Amino acid sequence: MVNQAKSMFDKIWARHIVSPETADTPAVLYIDLHLTHEVTTPQAFSVLRDRGLGVRRPDLTLGTVDHSSPTTTAGLRGIATADTPQARQILEFERNCRDFGIECLGLDSEHRGIVHVVGPEQGATQPGKTIVCGDSHTSTHGAFGALAFGIGTTEVGHVLATQCLLQRKPRSMAVNVGGVLPAGVSAKDLVLALIGKIGVGGGSGHVIEYRGSAVRALSMEERMTVCNMSIEAGARAGMIAPDETTFEYLRGRPRVPGGAQWEAAVARWRELASDEGAAFDKEVELDASALAPMVTYGTNPGMVIPVDGRIPATGDDPALQKALEYMGLEPGAAIAGSPIDIVFIGSCTNSRIEDLRAAAAILRERKVAAGVRLLVVPGSQAIKRAAEAEGIDAVVRAAGGEWRESGCSMCIAMNGDSVGSGKYSVSTSNRNFEGRQGAGARTLLAGPATAAAAAVTGRVTDPRELMV
Amino acid sequence: MDPITRIHSRTLVLPATDIDTDQIIPARFLTTTARAGLGRHAFEDWRYDADGTPTAHVLNQLDPGDHRILVGGHNFGCGSSREHAPWALLDYGFRAVISTGIADIFTANSLKNGLLPVVVDEPAHRWLLDNPGAEIDIDLEACVVRLPGDREVAFHIEPFARYCLLQGIDQLGFLLAKNDEIAAFERQAGPDVSAATNPN
Repeated sequence: MVNQAKSMFDKIWARHIVSPETADTPAVLYIDLHLTHEVTTPQAFSVLRDRGLGVRRPDLTLGTVDHSSPTTTAGLRGIATADTPQARQILEFERNCRDFGIECLGLDSEHRGIVHVVGPEQGATQPGKTIVCGDSHTSTHGAFGALAFGIGTTEVGHVLATQCLLQRKPRSMAVNVGGVLPAGVSAKDLVLALIGKIGVGGGSGHVIEYRGSAVRALSMEERMTVCNMSIEAGARAGMIAPDETTFEYLRGRPRVPGGAQWEAAVARWRELASDEGAAFDKEVELDASALAPMVTYGTNPGMVIPVDGRIPATGDDPALQKALEYMGLEPGAAIAGSPIDIVFIGSCTNSRIEDLRAAAAILRERKVAAGVRLLVVPGSQAIKRAAEAEGIDAVVRAAGGEWRESGCSMCIAMNGDSVGSGKYSVSTSNRNFEGRQGAGARTLLAGPATAAAAAVTGRVTDPRELMV
Repeated sequence: MDPITRIHSRTLVLPATDIDTDQIIPARFLTTTARAGLGRHAFEDWRYDADGTPTAHVLNQLDPGDHRILVGGHNFGCGSSREHAPWALLDYGFRAVISTGIADIFTANSLKNGLLPVVVDEPAHRWLLDNPGAEIDIDLEACVVRLPGDREVAFHIEPFARYCLLQGIDQLGFLLAKNDEIAAFERQAGPDVSAATNPN
């Protein structure tokens, strides 16, 4: 008997096929939401200009500035006259949006922020949609039961001009997370543990659906953290079936349907979940109950251990030898207690209000250790305001940390916020690649509580020791 | 884009696994608004010390013009979606990347720019890693890599991308020609599909 049960991915994919895949040609896939930012679009707009093309659906396109944005008020004030590549890139993006009729939440918008924070916050990210952006962390939006993936600049041009992409259907992978996350263990720890288990190429060619009791129990912020890191396992996308948690998050947001249309939309969204018995090309099991706070020790997110664990022996693994040499860490040593220089709390992975609260809970009535710099960068201006209303900014400042304007900041070190060569950073971002946080920077990825704990002690620290 | 049928060159071997796009082109060079000129920053932090002094890295010892085929370790091109990575490799002089696994977005980006992503089996990859500088032939028409000694290794490349590379045409023209179908799709699509993102 043919298995008629469909996965959520199958359903969303089928609904967006303009013309089906054949042996000779990929499917033409319709895109419902195209998010854009300053770094990966300028060359695409140039192609449109060169070929005399317009943007087919500016109403399905939304822009904001994040990667190159200054996070200091002085930097923001000076942008119009700053003769820097970053400033030119931002101003060119805002001009491109104006010229092509695209709504841009630019530097002067109170709604701007990191593109993967803004989409959900504005309610533009909705279940069942196909969502793309010239950024690999577009997988974040899958937390809402959308099919969301990163594309390159040529494909950005394709979507601008035709609202479509040429795509072969990826394979599917179910990640079943049973059990319950223990106290003091975050969604970041969950996804780092997964990447440690399957490796940085473990999801290649696949769209992941995260399932199971531990996933259902996650808040939307936590789900976004998990889906965000799907690309760090090499996956095309990550997604989680929408449920009451999803609907409650979206209800009343600016771009979601209102009134009777809301109820109709929720009814449709309920149908998206994978059917009982839907088949996946690959399945992975993870027990949330067995997890601890995680921290990376190497130069990719798969090089990760529990914070109370030991760095593995290198054996004859040249990749691990090279990674530890770069990191200046000893094989076999405990990671806890390693001295650090900088703590960065921010990025599309962990800059949302719950992340800032988790960090503030550790920082409250404590001080940043001598010689350590703490940088807290909210994911959006709206999150910044919400955090300030709760007094989180005051907690950060009282601890001796820097409280900044929103942007990608030290996650990618494009805007001038960088770690410095040879220095150790505990970062809530997504990549610990060589030089990711600036040339020579040594990055240890962790969740917000672990990062805040390191700021207070000046060393890699199990955050549960500082929780009351 | 010029048609590509065959690439014949010596290899340059970077055996590290998981070579990510931040190594290929560090993020600080993404502030450009052009495609051109990224080659001089390809693998910048491997090729230069902090003070700009060239390192002893193999990339600094070989003439890129004679080594147009990059052989990388498994899972090449992982990380970000930056198309600046294939732009930088092409501008540097590479025309193909060979590995046992090449990341999805990097593959898609490479195919659109005429950088051939070639995934080969483990034994062929091992031979290539062990024989840096080998003169080999990548035949896109036959989808085989020819190693010295008449050894042939088959590879797969997405058929439509291969067709476009062989013809020297880009994929946007194909999509633009679908305009009527796209318009028809938009007219019949259900309520969640193609719904405007603008505030109500």
